[in-house]
Amino acid sequence: MVFLFYFLSAIMILTALFVVFSKNPVDSVIYLIICFIAMAGQYILLNSQFLAVVHVIVYTGAIMVLFLFVIMLLNLNKEIILQKSKVTRISAVVTGGIFFLVMVAATRLTLEIHPRYAFDSKIGLVSEVGKTLFHEFLLPFEISSVLFISAMIGAVMFGKKDV
Amino acid sequence: MKDISSAIQLIPLEHYILLCVTLFSIGLMGVLFRRNTIIILMCIELMFNSINLLVAAFSAYHSDPSGQVFVFFVMIVAAAEVAVGLSILVMMKRNVDSVDINLLNRLKW
Repeated sequence: MVFLFYFLSAIMILTALFVVFSKNPVDSVIYLIICFIAMAGQYILLNSQFLAVVHVIVYTGAIMVLFLFVIMLLNLNKEIILQKSKVTRISAVVTGGIFFLVMVAATRLTLEIHPRYAFDSKIGLVSEVGKTLFHEFLLPFEISSVLFISAMIGAVMFGKKDV
Repeated sequence: MKDISSAIQLIPLEHYILLCVTLFSIGLMGVLFRRNTIIILMCIELMFNSINLLVAAFSAYHSDPSGQVFVFFVMIVAAAEVAVGLSILVMMKRNVDSVDINLLNRLKW
């Protein structure tokens, strides 16, 4: 089981790198789907089954299919040689590396502060998450519907030919 | 079930932090690295998801179900963001006939 965590982590990091570096956008989408499925496995390892199911349905099932459809409709599936200049690419890699170093150094100091809590295996189950969602977070949950309808109207407005 | 939940306690929280920071920096690097707008949107999704996993890990280690609900809300916002972002992409393709991010530089300076 512990081995599974490191195996999934290796898959996630490798596929994330492939997403950035692959030439064809369709390959990038497929690699990102593999990365997200591995991430659903991580959620199951954390025993948060609700999040695992929602992650597979929302991300792998809806968002990535949307990406694939846009690539198909706009006919972007050719290999694009167009790249940024070499200086920009090298500085992008250096920026990512420096960000990684800074974050690791910053979190390393704070690690000993966290006390270990008693592990409760029930908190990720659908019933527990539903109770919390509809008791403590009922108002934000309702307000998020306003967010959704504004996003939907915005997408329709952008999609119209003559605005 | 019992097997899984006992295995989590063997993995230190530091390793989750390391994994999520690695994924976040890969996403940041991808946003700066590529010119294709659709890849940039995908890298933003990657960053969203690394943060989601970290919040879920903290919530599991602290036995607090509010973290799981927060991850759910972040997923809601990410879904709305993708819908608007992809429609902006479609509009961009229609107006300038390209998905090159370097063409949209009129607001840059």
